[in-house]
Amino acid sequence: MRVVESINRALHDLMETNSRLVILGEDILDPYGGAFKVTKGLSSAYQDRVWTTPISEGGIVGMAAGLALKGRPVIVELMFGDFIALAADQIINHAAKFRWMYNDQVEVPVIIRAPMGGRRGYGPTHSQSLEKHFCGVPGLTVLATHEYADPGALLHRAFAARSPHLIIENKVMYARPVLGTAALPRPPDADIVIVTYGGCVEHAVAAAAKLAAEEEIATTVVAVEQLSPFPYEDVQRQVGNCTRVVAVEEGSPGWGFGSECARALIGRVKYFSALAGPDHPIPSSREWEDDVLPGVSAIQAACLDLFRKG
Amino acid sequence: MTSSIAPNSTFSQLEVHAGATPLGLELPTVVRFYQQMMLIRLLEERLLDLFSQGLLFGTTHTSIGQEANAVGVVNALDRDRDIVWSNHRCHGHFIAYSGEVEGLIAEIMGRITGVCGGRGGSQHLCFRNFHSNGIQGGTTPVAVGTALARKEEGAVAVAFLGDGTMGEGAVYESLNLASVFGAPVVFVIEDNEIAQTTPKALTVSGSIVARAEPFGIRTFAYDGNDPVEIFELAREAVGYARAESRPCWLYLRTERIGPHSKGDDTRPALRLEQARARDPIPPMRRRVANFEAIDAFCRSVVDRAVESAAAAPLARG
Repeated sequence: MRVVESINRALHDLMETNSRLVILGEDILDPYGGAFKVTKGLSSAYQDRVWTTPISEGGIVGMAAGLALKGRPVIVELMFGDFIALAADQIINHAAKFRWMYNDQVEVPVIIRAPMGGRRGYGPTHSQSLEKHFCGVPGLTVLATHEYADPGALLHRAFAARSPHLIIENKVMYARPVLGTAALPRPPDADIVIVTYGGCVEHAVAAAAKLAAEEEIATTVVAVEQLSPFPYEDVQRQVGNCTRVVAVEEGSPGWGFGSECARALIGRVKYFSALAGPDHPIPSSREWEDDVLPGVSAIQAACLDLFRKG
Repeated sequence: MTSSIAPNSTFSQLEVHAGATPLGLELPTVVRFYQQMMLIRLLEERLLDLFSQGLLFGTTHTSIGQEANAVGVVNALDRDRDIVWSNHRCHGHFIAYSGEVEGLIAEIMGRITGVCGGRGGSQHLCFRNFHSNGIQGGTTPVAVGTALARKEEGAVAVAFLGDGTMGEGAVYESLNLASVFGAPVVFVIEDNEIAQTTPKALTVSGSIVARAEPFGIRTFAYDGNDPVEIFELAREAVGYARAESRPCWLYLRTERIGPHSKGDDTRPALRLEQARARDPIPPMRRRVANFEAIDAFCRSVVDRAVESAAAAPLARG
C-alpha cells in the first residue's frame, strides 16, 4: 500500500465510523479527488459530508473550527501546505486558542492536512515546508507523516485526540510504499544518529545505507512523527548513548527542527550538526532545487564530517 | 409605543420580581429592555470607574451608547439554541445574552469565579452558546461554521461586526461561504462611524449597507437607537435566517458615546455631542414609569457583583 492509499483508507474509515465528521477542501470532489488524490472516492461515498469549498483557506479553517466547536468534527485538506499562511490567524488565534481561553468549556476537533515539501519543481510558493511557523503554538499539535510508520494510524490518532491537529504530508511521499517502523535502520551501537522527519526520512535512510556499505559507519535513523509539542524525552531515548547526531530538515535554516533537536540533546551528545533547506525561496529549476534541499549525498557528507571529528 | 410597569407596583414588588432574573425576562418588553440596557450601562460605567481607580488591569472596550443594539438583537434570539459571536466590544452582547453580571466582572477582575476562570478577560468570553474573541473579523468564518453545525436543530448564529471590521478580508470570505453553504448567520453590523480613533470616512469605501447584497445575501438596515425597533427588525432577520437557512446582513447605525477603550477618545467636542444626542437611555426613561427603581435594582446587582468578585480568589493557574 502506498502512503496516499493509507491516508485515503483512514479517511474512509473515519467517515464510516463518525457520522458527524465533515471533510472540507478545495477540488476534493470526485472524479478529481483532490490535487494529490488523497480524498478520492470520499465524495461519492459520503456525498453530504464531503464539501468542496471556495478558494478561501482562512475562511474554511475558521468554518471548520466553528463546525467542530458545535459538535461536527472536521478534517480540512489544504491543497498545498504553502497556503496555510492564509489560515494562520484562524489556526493561531481561533482554533488553537478556544479551548484554553474559554476555560476548557469547549473542544475543537479539527485536523488540517497540509501537503508540504519540494523536489517536484513547483517553485517558491508551492514547494515550501512551513510547519516550523506553526510549531510552538499552544493548543496545536503538529504531526508529520512518513512511510516508515503508519500514515493512516497517525490520522486516527489525531482524530481520537479531539483537539486541533496539523498533519504535514510530504508531496513526494504520497507515491511511496508504506514500509513501517521495522524498516528504519537501527544498528546496535550506532556511530551516528540522524534525527529527521517527514519527506527527509527516505533520504536519511538512503544515506545511512550508503554510510554502512561504503564506510562501515553504523547509522541509526530516528524519524520524528510529532513535531510540536516536541517529544524531547522520546528523542533523547532514541538517540541513547550515541555521541554524534545530525538533524535534518527541508525547511529554511534556523528557528526550526534542528534547534529543537539541539535543545533536546544539549549536554548529551558530543558532536551535533544540522542540515536544512536554503535561506532563500525554493528555486523552480530542478537541478538547483536538488542542490539546495538536503538529499542523500548532503546527509552522507554531514555524517562523515561528524564522524571524522572524533 | 409606550409600556410600563403597572402604576401601582411598588419598589419592593419590582425588586422581588426583577431580582429573580437580572435580564427581567418576565417583565413587559419595554421595561425588560430598559432594565437590560441599564444593567449594561451601569456595569460598563463601573468598569471604567474601577480602571480609573487602578483596580482593574489590562484593557476593556465599553459599548456605552450601543446598548440598544445588544438588547434588541439578543432578545430576538432563542437563548437556548441560538449562537452568538461577539468581538472586542462584547460586554453588552454578553449581558443581554446571559445576565451574568458577576461572572463578567469577576472575569475582568481576573478571578477564578469569572465566566472563563480569569483566562479570557474582557474580550474572550464564553458562556453556553455565547463566544467572543478579540481578533477583528476572525470570528466571522467561525460563526458560519457554528451555524452550519447546528442548523438542523433550527439554530441561528449571530456575528457582531463593526464598521471598522469592514477592512478585514475574513468578513468577505465568510459572506461567500455563508451564502454558498446556506448558513443561517445574521451578520450584525454596528456602525458607530469610528474605528478606535479613525473616522469611518478614512477607512471604509462604498456602502456598508449594500455590501452583502452582491453575495446574494438579504439585507436589513436601520438607522436609529430604539431597542424595540431594533428588536422587531432583528426578529424579522433572525426569522428569515432560521426559516430559509440563509445568511442575512443586519445593518444598525449607532453611536459609541464612550472611548474606544479607556481614555482614548480624540473626537472633536461637536461630534461627541452628536453622539450623546443619540443616547438610547433617555428616550427609554420617558417610556418606563418607575425607571429609578430599575436603576436602583441594576445598581445593586452591579454593586453586589463587584463586592463578590473582589472577594473571590485571584486566578493564578
